[in-house]
Amino acid sequence: MIENFDFDVIQRSWVYLFKDGMSFTLTLTALAMLGGIFFGTLLAMARLSSIKPLAWLAGGYVNLMRSLPLVLVIFWFFFLVPYLYGALMGAGKPLPIGAFYSALITFTMFEAAYYCEIMRAGIQSIPRGQVWAGYALGLNYWLTMGKIVLPQAFRNMLPVLLTQTIILFQDTSLVYVISATDFFGAAAKVANRDYRLVEMYTFAAVVYFVISFGLSSLVKNLQTRIAIIR
Amino acid sequence: MNYNWNWGILLQPEPGGTGTYLHYLIVGLGWTLLTALSAWVIALAIGAVVGTLRTTPHKWVVRLGNAYVELFRNVPLIVQMFLWFFVIPELLPKGLGDWIKQMPPPWSQFLPAVMCLGLFTSVRVAEQVKAGIQSLSRGQGMAGTALGLTLAQSYRYALLPQAFRIVLPPLTSEFMNVIKNSSVALTIGLLELTGRARAMQEFSFKVFEAFAAATVIYLLTNLVVVLAMRALERKVRVPGLISASASAGGH
Repeated sequence: MIENFDFDVIQRSWVYLFKDGMSFTLTLTALAMLGGIFFGTLLAMARLSSIKPLAWLAGGYVNLMRSLPLVLVIFWFFFLVPYLYGALMGAGKPLPIGAFYSALITFTMFEAAYYCEIMRAGIQSIPRGQVWAGYALGLNYWLTMGKIVLPQAFRNMLPVLLTQTIILFQDTSLVYVISATDFFGAAAKVANRDYRLVEMYTFAAVVYFVISFGLSSLVKNLQTRIAIIR
Repeated sequence: MNYNWNWGILLQPEPGGTGTYLHYLIVGLGWTLLTALSAWVIALAIGAVVGTLRTTPHKWVVRLGNAYVELFRNVPLIVQMFLWFFVIPELLPKGLGDWIKQMPPPWSQFLPAVMCLGLFTSVRVAEQVKAGIQSLSRGQGMAGTALGLTLAQSYRYALLPQAFRIVLPPLTSEFMNVIKNSSVALTIGLLELTGRARAMQEFSFKVFEAFAAATVIYLLTNLVVVLAMRALERKVRVPGLISASASAGGH
Protein backbone atom coordinates (compact mmCIF):
# COMPACT_ATOMS: atom_id res chain seq x y z
CA MET A 1 0.00 0.00 0.00
CA ILE A 2 2.35 2.67 1.30
CA GLU A 3 4.96 1.72 -1.31
CA ASN A 4 2.41 2.60 -4.01
CA PHE A 5 1.66 5.94 -2.38
CA ASP A 6 2.42 8.67 -4.91
CA PHE A 7 3.82 11.58 -2.91
CA ASP A 8 4.68 13.30 -6.16
CA VAL A 9 1.06 14.32 -6.83
CA ILE A 10 1.03 16.30 -3.58
CA GLN A 11 4.31 17.95 -4.45
CA ARG A 12 2.92 18.90 -7.84
CA SER A 13 -0.33 20.31 -6.51
CA TRP A 14 0.33 21.79 -3.09
CA VAL A 15 0.72 25.35 -4.34
CA TYR A 16 -2.72 25.13 -5.97
CA LEU A 17 -4.23 23.40 -2.92
CA PHE A 18 -3.10 26.07 -0.49
CA LYS A 19 -3.03 29.21 -2.64
CA ASP A 20 -6.45 28.65 -4.25
CA GLY A 21 -8.11 26.15 -1.93
CA MET A 22 -6.96 26.92 1.58
CA SER A 23 -7.19 30.68 1.12
CA PHE A 24 -10.85 30.22 0.04
CA THR A 25 -11.51 28.03 3.10
CA LEU A 26 -9.81 30.39 5.56
CA THR A 27 -11.38 33.56 4.11
CA LEU A 28 -14.80 31.93 4.16
CA THR A 29 -14.30 30.71 7.74
CA ALA A 30 -13.11 34.09 9.02
CA LEU A 31 -15.82 36.18 7.35
CA ALA A 32 -18.60 33.70 8.20
CA MET A 33 -17.39 33.69 11.81
CA LEU A 34 -17.52 37.50 12.05
CA GLY A 35 -20.89 37.69 10.30
CA GLY A 36 -22.25 34.72 12.22
CA ILE A 37 -21.24 36.13 15.61
CA PHE A 38 -22.66 39.56 14.68
CA PHE A 39 -26.05 38.23 13.55
CA GLY A 40 -25.99 35.52 16.21
CA THR A 41 -25.62 38.16 18.93
CA LEU A 42 -28.49 40.19 17.47
CA LEU A 43 -30.60 37.01 17.28
CA ALA A 44 -29.76 36.17 20.89
CA MET A 45 -30.81 39.66 22.00
CA ALA A 46 -34.02 39.26 19.99
CA ARG A 47 -34.71 35.84 21.54
CA LEU A 48 -34.31 37.32 25.02
CA SER A 49 -36.30 40.42 24.14
CA SER A 50 -39.42 41.33 26.09
CA ILE A 51 -41.14 42.11 22.75
CA LYS A 52 -42.81 38.73 22.31
CA PRO A 53 -43.27 38.64 18.49
CA LEU A 54 -39.58 39.50 18.04
CA ALA A 55 -38.58 36.71 20.43
CA TRP A 56 -40.81 34.20 18.60
CA LEU A 57 -39.49 35.23 15.21
CA ALA A 58 -35.86 34.85 16.29
CA GLY A 59 -36.63 31.58 18.09
CA GLY A 60 -38.41 30.22 15.01
CA TYR A 61 -35.48 31.12 12.76
CA VAL A 62 -32.92 29.53 15.08
CA ASN A 63 -34.93 26.34 15.51
CA LEU A 64 -35.55 26.08 11.78
CA MET A 65 -31.85 26.36 10.96
CA ARG A 66 -30.91 23.91 13.70
CA SER A 67 -33.40 21.32 12.44
CA LEU A 68 -32.13 21.24 8.86
CA PRO A 69 -29.04 19.52 7.45
CA LEU A 70 -26.35 22.00 6.40
CA VAL A 71 -26.20 20.42 2.93
CA LEU A 72 -29.89 21.22 2.36
CA VAL A 73 -29.38 24.79 3.61
CA ILE A 74 -26.42 25.19 1.22
CA PHE A 75 -28.65 24.12 -1.68
CA TRP A 76 -31.46 26.45 -0.52
CA PHE A 77 -29.26 29.53 -0.45
CA PHE A 78 -27.38 28.54 -3.59
CA PHE A 79 -30.63 28.78 -5.56
CA LEU A 80 -32.43 31.39 -3.47
CA VAL A 81 -29.76 34.10 -3.26
CA PRO A 82 -29.55 34.76 -7.03
CA TYR A 83 -33.35 35.25 -7.04
CA LEU A 84 -33.22 37.68 -4.13
CA TYR A 85 -30.23 39.48 -5.64
CA GLY A 86 -32.03 39.77 -8.98
CA ALA A 87 -35.12 41.15 -7.28
CA LEU A 88 -33.01 43.56 -5.24
CA MET A 89 -31.28 44.89 -8.35
CA GLY A 90 -34.60 45.13 -10.16
CA ALA A 91 -33.29 42.89 -12.93
CA GLY A 92 -36.47 40.83 -13.05
CA LYS A 93 -34.43 37.65 -13.34
CA PRO A 94 -32.02 35.75 -11.09
CA LEU A 95 -28.50 37.20 -11.15
CA PRO A 96 -25.49 34.90 -10.54
CA ILE A 97 -23.36 35.93 -7.55
CA GLY A 98 -20.73 33.19 -7.60
CA ALA A 99 -19.94 30.29 -5.32
CA PHE A 100 -17.93 32.30 -2.78
CA TYR A 101 -20.62 34.86 -1.95
CA SER A 102 -23.30 32.20 -2.01
CA ALA A 103 -21.28 30.14 0.47
CA LEU A 104 -20.50 33.19 2.59
CA ILE A 105 -24.18 34.13 2.93
CA THR A 106 -25.12 30.50 3.64
CA PHE A 107 -22.56 29.98 6.38
CA THR A 108 -23.18 33.39 7.94
CA MET A 109 -26.93 32.78 8.17
CA PHE A 110 -26.59 29.11 9.19
CA GLU A 111 -23.89 29.60 11.82
CA ALA A 112 -25.71 32.66 13.20
CA ALA A 113 -28.28 30.23 14.60
CA TYR A 114 -25.58 28.23 16.42
CA TYR A 115 -23.68 31.33 17.61
CA CYS A 116 -27.04 32.70 18.79
CA GLU A 117 -27.52 29.81 21.18
CA ILE A 118 -23.99 30.29 22.55
CA MET A 119 -24.48 34.03 23.02
CA ARG A 120 -27.87 33.45 24.60
CA ALA A 121 -26.25 31.19 27.20
CA GLY A 122 -23.55 33.84 27.67
CA ILE A 123 -26.03 36.67 28.19
CA GLN A 124 -28.10 34.53 30.55
CA SER A 125 -25.00 33.77 32.63
CA ILE A 126 -24.70 37.48 33.58
CA PRO A 127 -26.46 38.30 36.89
CA ARG A 128 -29.64 40.35 36.47
CA GLY A 129 -28.34 42.94 38.90
CA GLN A 130 -25.83 44.07 36.25
CA VAL A 131 -28.68 45.07 33.93
CA TRP A 132 -30.54 46.81 36.74
CA ALA A 133 -27.35 48.66 37.69
CA GLY A 134 -27.06 49.83 34.09
CA TYR A 135 -30.62 51.11 34.02
CA ALA A 136 -30.17 52.72 37.44
CA LEU A 137 -27.19 54.64 36.04
CA GLY A 138 -29.48 55.98 33.32
CA LEU A 139 -28.12 53.86 30.44
CA ASN A 140 -30.62 52.75 27.80
CA TYR A 141 -30.99 49.17 26.49
CA TRP A 142 -28.29 49.41 23.81
CA LEU A 143 -25.76 51.04 26.12
CA THR A 144 -26.45 48.51 28.90
CA MET A 145 -26.00 45.67 26.44
CA GLY A 146 -23.01 47.15 24.64
CA LYS A 147 -21.07 48.42 27.65
CA ILE A 148 -21.99 45.97 30.42
CA VAL A 149 -23.64 42.70 29.39
CA LEU A 150 -22.13 41.77 26.02
CA PRO A 151 -18.44 42.34 26.91
CA GLN A 152 -18.80 39.97 29.86
CA ALA A 153 -20.87 37.49 27.84
CA PHE A 154 -18.23 37.45 25.09
CA ARG A 155 -15.42 36.81 27.52
CA ASN A 156 -17.28 34.00 29.28
CA MET A 157 -18.23 32.36 26.00
CA LEU A 158 -14.97 32.94 24.10
CA PRO A 159 -13.80 29.28 24.23
CA VAL A 160 -17.22 28.02 23.12
CA LEU A 161 -17.40 30.58 20.30
CA LEU A 162 -13.94 29.52 19.11
CA THR A 163 -14.83 25.82 19.32
CA GLN A 164 -17.88 26.53 17.17
CA THR A 165 -15.56 28.32 14.72
CA ILE A 166 -13.43 25.17 14.43
CA ILE A 167 -16.63 23.27 13.59
CA LEU A 168 -17.39 25.99 11.03
CA PHE A 169 -13.91 25.58 9.56
CA GLN A 170 -14.58 21.85 9.08
CA ASP A 171 -18.09 22.45 7.76
CA THR A 172 -16.90 24.77 5.00
CA SER A 173 -15.66 21.62 3.24
CA LEU A 174 -19.34 20.95 2.39
CA VAL A 175 -19.22 23.68 -0.27
CA TYR A 176 -18.05 20.71 -2.35
CA VAL A 177 -21.76 20.15 -3.12
CA ILE A 178 -21.95 23.44 -5.04
CA SER A 179 -18.60 22.70 -6.75
CA ALA A 180 -16.76 25.56 -5.05
CA THR A 181 -12.97 25.27 -4.94
CA ASP A 182 -12.23 25.32 -1.24
CA PHE A 183 -9.31 23.24 0.10
CA PHE A 184 -11.28 20.00 -0.12
CA GLY A 185 -12.81 20.95 -3.47
CA ALA A 186 -9.32 21.63 -4.83
CA ALA A 187 -8.06 18.29 -3.46
CA ALA A 188 -11.04 16.52 -5.08
CA LYS A 189 -10.34 18.21 -8.42
CA VAL A 190 -6.68 17.15 -8.40
CA ALA A 191 -7.70 13.67 -7.24
CA ASN A 192 -10.03 13.22 -10.20
CA ARG A 193 -7.75 14.88 -12.74
CA ASP A 194 -4.70 12.74 -11.89
CA TYR A 195 -6.70 9.73 -10.64
CA ARG A 196 -4.91 9.90 -7.28
CA LEU A 197 -7.93 9.49 -4.98
CA VAL A 198 -6.16 7.67 -2.14
CA GLU A 199 -3.28 10.15 -1.94
CA MET A 200 -5.31 13.35 -2.21
CA TYR A 201 -8.11 12.43 0.20
CA THR A 202 -5.64 11.10 2.76
CA PHE A 203 -3.59 14.28 2.42
CA ALA A 204 -6.72 16.45 2.82
CA ALA A 205 -7.68 14.51 5.96
CA VAL A 206 -4.20 14.98 7.44
CA VAL A 207 -4.20 18.72 6.74
CA TYR A 208 -7.66 19.21 8.26
CA PHE A 209 -6.66 17.13 11.26
CA VAL A 210 -3.47 19.09 11.91
CA ILE A 211 -5.22 22.47 11.69
CA SER A 212 -8.31 21.51 13.72
CA PHE A 213 -6.31 19.68 16.35
CA GLY A 214 -3.86 22.56 16.63
CA LEU A 215 -6.63 25.13 16.98
CA SER A 216 -8.58 23.10 19.54
CA SER A 217 -5.40 22.69 21.62
CA LEU A 218 -5.02 26.48 21.55
CA VAL A 219 -8.65 26.89 22.63
CA LYS A 220 -8.12 24.45 25.51
CA ASN A 221 -5.07 26.46 26.55
CA LEU A 222 -7.07 29.69 26.42
CA GLN A 223 -9.86 28.10 28.43
CA THR A 224 -7.56 27.32 31.36
CA ARG A 225 -6.07 30.84 31.21
CA ILE A 226 -9.49 32.48 31.26
CA ALA A 227 -10.53 30.19 34.10
CA ILE A 228 -7.59 31.43 36.21
CA ILE A 229 -8.40 35.11 35.58
CA ARG A 230 -11.95 34.67 36.89
CA MET B 1 -39.55 37.43 -7.26
CA ASN B 2 -41.18 36.09 -10.40
CA TYR B 3 -41.01 32.39 -9.69
CA ASN B 4 -43.77 30.18 -11.03
CA TRP B 5 -44.81 27.97 -8.17
CA ASN B 6 -46.20 24.60 -9.15
CA TRP B 7 -46.91 22.42 -6.16
CA GLY B 8 -48.70 19.94 -8.44
CA ILE B 9 -45.21 18.75 -9.46
CA LEU B 10 -45.11 16.64 -6.29
CA LEU B 11 -47.91 14.46 -7.64
CA GLN B 12 -46.40 14.08 -11.10
CA PRO B 13 -44.41 10.92 -11.95
CA GLU B 14 -40.63 11.09 -11.61
CA PRO B 15 -38.55 10.04 -14.66
CA GLY B 16 -37.28 6.85 -12.99
CA GLY B 17 -40.81 5.46 -13.17
CA THR B 18 -41.09 4.49 -9.50
CA GLY B 19 -44.09 6.75 -8.81
CA THR B 20 -44.74 10.38 -8.02
CA TYR B 21 -42.07 12.84 -6.90
CA LEU B 22 -43.62 12.85 -3.44
CA HIS B 23 -43.24 9.07 -3.26
CA TYR B 24 -39.67 9.47 -4.51
CA LEU B 25 -38.89 11.86 -1.63
CA ILE B 26 -40.59 9.64 0.97
CA VAL B 27 -38.44 6.69 -0.15
CA GLY B 28 -35.51 9.08 0.33
CA LEU B 29 -36.66 9.66 3.90
CA GLY B 30 -36.66 5.87 4.31
CA TRP B 31 -32.99 5.74 3.25
CA THR B 32 -32.17 8.68 5.53
CA LEU B 33 -33.72 6.90 8.50
CA LEU B 34 -32.22 3.50 7.64
CA THR B 35 -28.76 5.07 7.32
CA ALA B 36 -29.16 7.10 10.50
CA LEU B 37 -30.50 4.20 12.58
CA SER B 38 -27.81 1.76 11.41
CA ALA B 39 -25.12 4.34 12.12
CA TRP B 40 -26.74 5.06 15.49
CA VAL B 41 -26.43 1.41 16.54
CA ILE B 42 -22.70 1.45 15.74
CA ALA B 43 -22.27 4.85 17.42
CA LEU B 44 -23.99 3.75 20.63
CA ALA B 45 -22.05 0.50 20.87
CA ILE B 46 -18.60 2.01 20.26
CA GLY B 47 -19.37 5.29 22.02
CA ALA B 48 -20.52 3.57 25.21
CA VAL B 49 -17.36 1.45 25.34
CA VAL B 50 -14.91 4.25 24.49
CA GLY B 51 -16.64 6.73 26.78
CA THR B 52 -16.53 4.27 29.68
CA LEU B 53 -12.89 3.37 29.06
CA ARG B 54 -11.92 7.06 29.15
CA THR B 55 -13.08 7.30 32.77
CA THR B 56 -11.12 4.28 34.03
CA PRO B 57 -7.96 4.75 36.12
CA HIS B 58 -5.80 3.03 33.47
CA LYS B 59 -3.67 5.81 31.98
CA TRP B 60 -2.90 4.13 28.66
CA VAL B 61 -6.48 3.10 28.05
CA VAL B 62 -7.56 6.71 28.63
CA ARG B 63 -4.88 8.00 26.24
CA LEU B 64 -5.93 5.52 23.57
CA GLY B 65 -9.57 6.57 23.99
CA ASN B 66 -8.63 10.25 23.77
CA ALA B 67 -6.63 9.61 20.59
CA TYR B 68 -9.62 7.83 19.04
CA VAL B 69 -11.88 10.78 19.87
CA GLU B 70 -9.45 13.41 18.56
CA LEU B 71 -8.92 11.46 15.35
CA PHE B 72 -12.58 11.40 14.37
CA ARG B 73 -13.42 14.83 15.74
CA ASN B 74 -10.83 16.82 13.84
CA VAL B 75 -11.50 15.63 10.29
CA PRO B 76 -14.56 17.04 8.45
CA LEU B 77 -17.40 14.60 7.88
CA ILE B 78 -17.30 14.85 4.08
CA VAL B 79 -13.56 14.03 4.11
CA GLN B 80 -14.25 10.98 6.30
CA MET B 81 -17.07 10.01 3.93
CA PHE B 82 -14.67 10.10 0.96
CA LEU B 83 -12.06 8.14 2.92
CA TRP B 84 -14.58 5.36 3.62
CA PHE B 85 -15.87 5.33 0.06
CA PHE B 86 -12.73 5.83 -2.05
CA VAL B 87 -9.74 5.08 0.17
CA ILE B 88 -10.59 2.28 2.63
CA PRO B 89 -11.62 -0.25 -0.07
CA GLU B 90 -8.19 0.30 -1.70
CA LEU B 91 -6.36 -0.33 1.58
CA LEU B 92 -8.27 -3.51 2.42
CA PRO B 93 -7.12 -6.92 1.11
CA LYS B 94 -7.91 -6.96 -2.59
CA GLY B 95 -10.71 -9.53 -2.45
CA LEU B 96 -12.62 -7.72 0.31
CA GLY B 97 -12.10 -4.30 -1.28
CA ASP B 98 -13.40 -5.49 -4.63
CA TRP B 99 -16.39 -7.15 -2.96
CA ILE B 100 -17.35 -3.83 -1.35
CA LYS B 101 -16.88 -1.88 -4.56
CA GLN B 102 -18.93 -4.38 -6.58
CA MET B 103 -21.98 -4.47 -4.33
CA PRO B 104 -25.20 -3.49 -6.16
CA PRO B 105 -25.77 0.32 -6.23
CA PRO B 106 -27.45 1.57 -3.10
CA TRP B 107 -25.51 -0.86 -0.87
CA SER B 108 -22.04 0.03 -2.15
CA GLN B 109 -22.76 3.60 -0.95
CA PHE B 110 -24.87 2.61 2.04
CA LEU B 111 -22.18 0.53 3.76
CA PRO B 112 -19.42 3.19 3.68
CA ALA B 113 -21.96 5.87 4.67
CA VAL B 114 -23.11 3.86 7.69
CA MET B 115 -19.56 3.07 8.79
CA CYS B 116 -18.54 6.72 8.40
CA LEU B 117 -21.52 8.17 10.25
CA GLY B 118 -21.34 5.45 12.90
CA LEU B 119 -17.73 6.14 13.83
CA PHE B 120 -18.10 9.90 13.42
CA THR B 121 -21.03 9.89 15.85
CA SER B 122 -19.44 7.37 18.21
CA VAL B 123 -16.93 9.97 19.43
CA ARG B 124 -19.76 12.37 20.26
CA VAL B 125 -21.57 9.59 22.14
CA ALA B 126 -18.29 8.77 23.89
CA GLU B 127 -17.99 12.40 25.04
CA GLN B 128 -21.52 12.36 26.43
CA VAL B 129 -21.07 9.00 28.18
CA LYS B 130 -17.80 10.17 29.71
CA ALA B 131 -19.45 13.39 30.90
CA GLY B 132 -22.35 11.37 32.29
CA ILE B 133 -20.07 9.07 34.31
CA GLN B 134 -17.98 12.01 35.55
CA SER B 135 -21.14 13.84 36.64
CA LEU B 136 -21.81 11.10 39.21
CA SER B 137 -20.45 11.84 42.65
CA ARG B 138 -17.07 10.23 43.32
CA GLY B 139 -18.56 8.50 46.33
CA GLN B 140 -20.50 6.15 44.07
CA GLY B 141 -17.36 4.47 42.75
CA MET B 142 -15.71 4.58 46.17
CA ALA B 143 -18.73 2.94 47.77
CA GLY B 144 -18.43 0.19 45.18
CA THR B 145 -14.79 -0.34 46.09
CA ALA B 146 -15.62 -0.26 49.82
CA LEU B 147 -18.22 -2.96 49.27
CA GLY B 148 -15.52 -5.15 47.75
CA LEU B 149 -16.66 -4.83 44.15
CA THR B 150 -14.02 -5.04 41.45
CA LEU B 151 -13.61 -2.08 39.09
CA ALA B 152 -15.67 -3.87 36.43
CA GLN B 153 -18.39 -4.69 38.95
CA SER B 154 -18.73 -1.16 40.26
CA TYR B 155 -19.05 0.09 36.67
CA ARG B 156 -21.58 -2.63 35.91
CA TYR B 157 -23.75 -2.26 39.01
CA ALA B 158 -23.22 1.30 40.27
CA LEU B 159 -21.89 3.74 37.68
CA LEU B 160 -23.17 2.71 34.25
CA PRO B 161 -26.85 2.15 35.13
CA GLN B 162 -27.03 5.71 36.47
CA ALA B 163 -24.86 7.27 33.76
CA PHE B 164 -26.87 5.83 30.88
CA ARG B 165 -30.07 7.27 32.28
CA ILE B 166 -28.43 10.66 32.75
CA VAL B 167 -26.98 10.90 29.22
CA LEU B 168 -30.25 10.11 27.46
CA PRO B 169 -31.36 13.75 26.91
CA PRO B 170 -28.05 14.87 25.33
CA LEU B 171 -28.10 11.71 23.21
CA THR B 172 -31.43 12.83 21.72
CA SER B 173 -29.74 15.80 20.10
CA GLU B 174 -26.93 13.53 18.89
CA PHE B 175 -29.51 11.27 17.24
CA MET B 176 -30.99 14.29 15.46
CA ASN B 177 -27.46 15.14 14.34
CA VAL B 178 -27.05 11.69 12.74
CA ILE B 179 -30.27 12.19 10.81
CA LYS B 180 -29.06 15.58 9.59
CA ASN B 181 -25.49 14.41 8.95
CA SER B 182 -26.70 11.48 6.84
CA SER B 183 -27.37 14.06 4.11
CA VAL B 184 -23.60 14.25 3.56
CA ALA B 185 -23.88 10.72 2.11
CA LEU B 186 -25.31 12.28 -1.05
CA THR B 187 -21.73 13.27 -1.93
CA ILE B 188 -20.87 9.59 -2.46
CA GLY B 189 -24.10 9.01 -4.37
CA LEU B 190 -26.50 7.68 -1.75
CA LEU B 191 -29.95 8.95 -2.73
CA GLU B 192 -31.30 9.85 0.69
CA LEU B 193 -33.77 12.67 1.29
CA THR B 194 -31.55 15.67 0.46
CA GLY B 195 -29.98 13.79 -2.45
CA ARG B 196 -33.41 13.03 -3.86
CA ALA B 197 -34.58 16.63 -3.43
CA ARG B 198 -31.48 17.68 -5.39
CA ALA B 199 -32.22 15.04 -8.06
CA MET B 200 -35.85 16.15 -8.25
CA GLN B 201 -34.67 19.73 -8.76
CA GLU B 202 -32.46 18.58 -11.64
CA PHE B 203 -35.18 16.50 -13.31
CA SER B 204 -38.07 18.93 -12.92
CA PHE B 205 -36.33 22.35 -12.62
CA LYS B 206 -38.72 23.01 -9.72
CA VAL B 207 -36.01 24.17 -7.31
CA PHE B 208 -38.00 25.58 -4.45
CA GLU B 209 -40.82 23.02 -4.44
CA ALA B 210 -38.23 20.25 -4.18
CA PHE B 211 -36.28 21.84 -1.32
CA ALA B 212 -39.41 23.07 0.46
CA ALA B 213 -40.84 19.54 0.41
CA ALA B 214 -37.58 18.13 1.81
CA THR B 215 -37.52 20.87 4.47
CA VAL B 216 -41.04 20.02 5.61
CA ILE B 217 -40.22 16.30 5.74
CA TYR B 218 -37.10 17.00 7.85
CA LEU B 219 -39.09 19.21 10.23
CA LEU B 220 -41.80 16.57 10.68
CA THR B 221 -39.15 13.90 11.29
CA ASN B 222 -37.52 16.09 13.92
CA LEU B 223 -40.86 16.64 15.60
CA VAL B 224 -41.54 12.90 15.80
CA VAL B 225 -38.06 12.17 17.18
CA VAL B 226 -38.36 14.92 19.80
CA LEU B 227 -41.76 13.72 20.98
CA ALA B 228 -40.70 10.07 21.10
CA MET B 229 -37.50 10.85 22.98
CA ARG B 230 -39.33 13.10 25.43
CA ALA B 231 -41.63 10.19 26.31
CA LEU B 232 -38.62 7.91 26.73
CA GLU B 233 -36.81 10.49 28.85
CA ARG B 234 -39.77 10.75 31.22
CA LYS B 235 -39.65 7.01 31.61
CA VAL B 236 -35.97 6.64 32.45
CA ARG B 237 -35.43 9.88 34.38
CA VAL B 238 -33.46 9.34 37.59
CA PRO B 239 -35.78 10.36 40.45
CA GLY B 240 -34.37 13.19 42.55
CA LEU B 241 -32.02 14.66 39.94
CA ILE B 242 -32.85 18.02 38.36
CA SER B 243 -31.87 16.75 34.89
CA ALA B 244 -28.58 16.31 33.15
CA SER B 245 -27.41 19.38 31.32
CA ALA B 246 -26.75 18.95 27.63
CA SER B 247 -23.76 20.64 26.09
CA ALA B 248 -24.60 22.92 23.18
CA GLY B 249 -22.79 23.29 19.89
CA GLY B 250 -21.88 21.00 17.04
CA HIS B 251 -24.07 19.74 14.22
